[in-house]
Amino acid sequence: MSARDIAARVRAGETTAVSELENSLAAIAARNGELNVFLHVDDEGAYRAARRVDERISEGLDPGVLTGVPVALKDNLCQRGVPTTCSSRILEGWRPPYSATVVERLVGAGAVPVGKTNLDEFAMGSSTETSAFGPTRNPLDPSRVPGGSSGGSAAAVAAGMTPISLGSDTGGSIRQPAALCGLVGVKPTYGLVSRYGLIAFASSLDQIGPFAANVADAALVLEVIAGHDPMDSTSLPEASPRLLEHLDDGVAGRTVGLVRELLEGADPEIVAAVRRAADTLAGAGANVIEISIPELHLGLSAYYLIAPAEASSNLARYDGVRYGLRVEGEDVTATNELTRSAGFGDEVKRRIMLGTYALSAGYYDAYYGQALKVRTRMIEAFARAYGQCDLLLGATTPTVAFEIGAKAQDPMAMYLSDVFTIPTNLAGEAAISVPFGVGESGLPIGVQLLGPGRSEARLFAAAAVLEAS
Amino acid sequence: MSLPDGWEMVVGLEVHTELLTKTKMFCGCANNFGAEPNTNVCPVCLGLPGSLPVLNERAVELAMAIGAALHCTIAPSTFHRKNYFYPDMPKDFQISQYDLPINAAGYIDLPDGSRVSIERAHLEEDTGKSTHLGGSGRLHGADRSLVDYNRSGVPLVEIVSGPDIRSSAQARAYASELRGILIATNASDGRMEEGSMRIDANVSVRRSGDAFGTRCEIKNLNSLRSLGRAIDYEAARQVDLLEDGGTVRQETRHWDETRGETSTMRIKEEAEDYRYFREPDLVDLAPSDEWQARVRASLAPMPAERRREMTALLGSPSDAQLDAVTVVVDLGLDPWVRAAALAGVDAGLALNRAANELAGLESLDPSRVEGFVATLAMEQRGELSATQTKTVLAEVLASGADPRDVAAARGFEQLAASALGDIVATLIAEHPEEWGRYRDGDDKLAQFFIGLVMKATRGQANGKAVIAELQARR
Amino acid sequence: MTHPLTRDEVAHVAHLARLRLSDTELDLFTAQLGQVLEHAADMNELDLEGVKPTAHPFGLVNVVRADEVRTSLDRDEVLAMAPDAEDGRFAVPRIMGEAP
Ligand SMILES: [Mg+2]
Ligand SMILES: [Zn+2]
Repeated sequence: MSARDIAARVRAGETTAVSELENSLAAIAARNGELNVFLHVDDEGAYRAARRVDERISEGLDPGVLTGVPVALKDNLCQRGVPTTCSSRILEGWRPPYSATVVERLVGAGAVPVGKTNLDEFAMGSSTETSAFGPTRNPLDPSRVPGGSSGGSAAAVAAGMTPISLGSDTGGSIRQPAALCGLVGVKPTYGLVSRYGLIAFASSLDQIGPFAANVADAALVLEVIAGHDPMDSTSLPEASPRLLEHLDDGVAGRTVGLVRELLEGADPEIVAAVRRAADTLAGAGANVIEISIPELHLGLSAYYLIAPAEASSNLARYDGVRYGLRVEGEDVTATNELTRSAGFGDEVKRRIMLGTYALSAGYYDAYYGQALKVRTRMIEAFARAYGQCDLLLGATTPTVAFEIGAKAQDPMAMYLSDVFTIPTNLAGEAAISVPFGVGESGLPIGVQLLGPGRSEARLFAAAAVLEAS
Repeated sequence: MSLPDGWEMVVGLEVHTELLTKTKMFCGCANNFGAEPNTNVCPVCLGLPGSLPVLNERAVELAMAIGAALHCTIAPSTFHRKNYFYPDMPKDFQISQYDLPINAAGYIDLPDGSRVSIERAHLEEDTGKSTHLGGSGRLHGADRSLVDYNRSGVPLVEIVSGPDIRSSAQARAYASELRGILIATNASDGRMEEGSMRIDANVSVRRSGDAFGTRCEIKNLNSLRSLGRAIDYEAARQVDLLEDGGTVRQETRHWDETRGETSTMRIKEEAEDYRYFREPDLVDLAPSDEWQARVRASLAPMPAERRREMTALLGSPSDAQLDAVTVVVDLGLDPWVRAAALAGVDAGLALNRAANELAGLESLDPSRVEGFVATLAMEQRGELSATQTKTVLAEVLASGADPRDVAAARGFEQLAASALGDIVATLIAEHPEEWGRYRDGDDKLAQFFIGLVMKATRGQANGKAVIAELQARR
Repeated sequence: MTHPLTRDEVAHVAHLARLRLSDTELDLFTAQLGQVLEHAADMNELDLEGVKPTAHPFGLVNVVRADEVRTSLDRDEVLAMAPDAEDGRFAVPRIMGEAP
């Protein structure tokens, strides 16, 4: 059942929030052992929230557009009193004394958070295999990865555990798992959704966004969580955009650019799916043109310097002094080192090292400084493309879901799986991944629609066209 | 203290001042000194995962006020992260300003007429505070430390002077002038002993005319006295080293107030690598012209201007009076002098009384200015002697009483002119020899007679009136 | 711009980042980080002379909040998070040097 249906039925008194929660908890109980989707199921808190929703309904009040809808939260989102780990030993046992703005907004709209989902440690990864608490398996084929880093949140929806979930997307961490799990996943415009309470990986790239089984649910969730937040200095000043009322706008008269670089290196079945999607949009009245944006090639290099640089600083605070893990040494410096060495996994260490190096004296200009200039060129290149096109179209991922362990030993190969999603984060723009057909293995394929900043309504309308075909 | 002939010291100062805001730099926790440990803390100033900074508008305005007062250019600026690990810094980086500070290129004019350039005055956040346990209670030798994050995130402005200072006296004058400016802008209370104003000194020496030498940085000087002593010690140490054929090593040094010497704290050879980069959680600051104009318009007059005003009131002041002007302006007492002068009291008298009777007071109620003026008017009219004035003033300032009532209660009756005349006549008769010398032009003897009159009247006579009586009989 | 990353540089960076790496880790990271940096050489394809760096996707300016006090956290809750606390403060092992 869709989130909208659940909310409608709970509001109409046809079912209760508690009974919807029970369905959700039953689905989690059935497969969480196998799939390792949730790191923590907060039944107690969820029952409290669900009962509060039911009470309000019985008092004749309207709890909001997500009334009684169970929601899963990526475990890098703070929820007051609920263990929050970022899938890292270094935060094991930590319970934040505050909640992220998005969590407050979901609850404020009547949603019921049921628990925290697995992710690549500190969101660094593309397969959810770098989690300190074991990999999450793809519900559609448990021998395969669900993608990452928001693999747990994608798997929760794909396994029917919750109708919607939240993830975060720094270089594709929502769109890539959405594609690999057959879901709609959105990377909103930078600043559209408050980052307050999202544990930072790379601050200038991170954005929170929804997973849903359908376009309308994703739009609904984004409407709830978006809009200015005074707690985040980078939050855009405007109110949440109206998305649902534009869902049926279609694409007639829109120019869609099929981007050559967003197909290069993709498996033929993926390329074929994207071309079919282009035909579908053309069939709905869009003017599809093929374009080339050569700068996109450089996204990967710029991203794997900028994101680690910011991460090296964001993750300095895990030092064993104030919260989380402490491995005590003879002095503070030794304690810092022992704690961090024991608490972080290899991928996190690798990126901290890379970022520290890129920022360090003597290398800043050659690496980090250079990457920031590439970022400028990327933004300019997108702007030129959007001078010609209303939307861009490409693949979300080069392949369908891959086997667990296939890339785990080769960081560079893993990094390459983000090649189509990274440019959007560098530019701070918006993109959405929509399921569009399946490959030979029967696994889903996602196509990616990209738009300039604040173009979400346009993107959702195009996604709806693809979904309907 | 001066260096051996041919040597010159080169000093630049970095002054950190805490801003008098209600809340911290990036969160709504109270910015107040002396609260119970870790009670003014929140996710932001504890650097909890997921928290984000939002800039305090008042901190920006105070920084601009400081910039305007220091004749700086107020410019579009950015925030950077300065990365290093330290337990009192919750994020293990400090948010500061780097290549684009809010205030750049200004100067301070000192009372002695010299000018010290200001390179920059930028915004940054303060750290928490550690207490060291075991050993001597100092950092070295302690076996563990306790950290209080109440001060973490308190807004600071760091004011960096050019390497323009050439003596410890000038350094002290600079620090004291800057302190006066910070107080006048309402940006700081200037309390060095509470750490709300902290000074680091960069000291090098050179043979006059040579290029700058290698400098050492002396950290955390928390009084003007320490500042002066530390600079003198350090410059002398460097000259000794160089004269013995050694070289100065670039390092950070610690000032030990009790031993009166500096010692190595950290060698700079393993250069700090702070990996500065733009703070991605904050946006740029670009104060509009209106915003700057609003801040400038709200600025009270600065010490230099107030000194000029005092000097103008005095006409052609003596050197001693100029010194008194500096003291009075430093302490913010110039409005008292101005009020007295406006009421017709001689500006020199008012300055003298302010510098001597007001300066030493622990606290001064601004509403007592009327009583101050009235007391001085009585003195000027000859109704109170100097000694009586001091007594009356002390009571007027303490209690707010009317000076006439105080004088009456104390029996400080005005000595009638006729009574004074009789006393003077008697004393002249008793001391014919001295009187003769006075009459022959030896003015020094006036003091002799004033002393006798004071003794006879128990200090109730007015010195000027006595001189007038003597003159009349000469 | 590309220069081969040395093991010593990796060790230095590990110290800056407060990570202690074993010899095996040092070797592995030296190779892996070298690979990423080598890939980054493709950025030299572009002429970036005079290009302004972008640290931030959007040009918001002057985002400030009013200087108004908000409730702070409860100290017991704050110290409950601490690995070690004493006397209302966070306790840490000895600090070897003063802050820079
Ligand atoms: Mg500083
Ligand atoms: Zn705070």
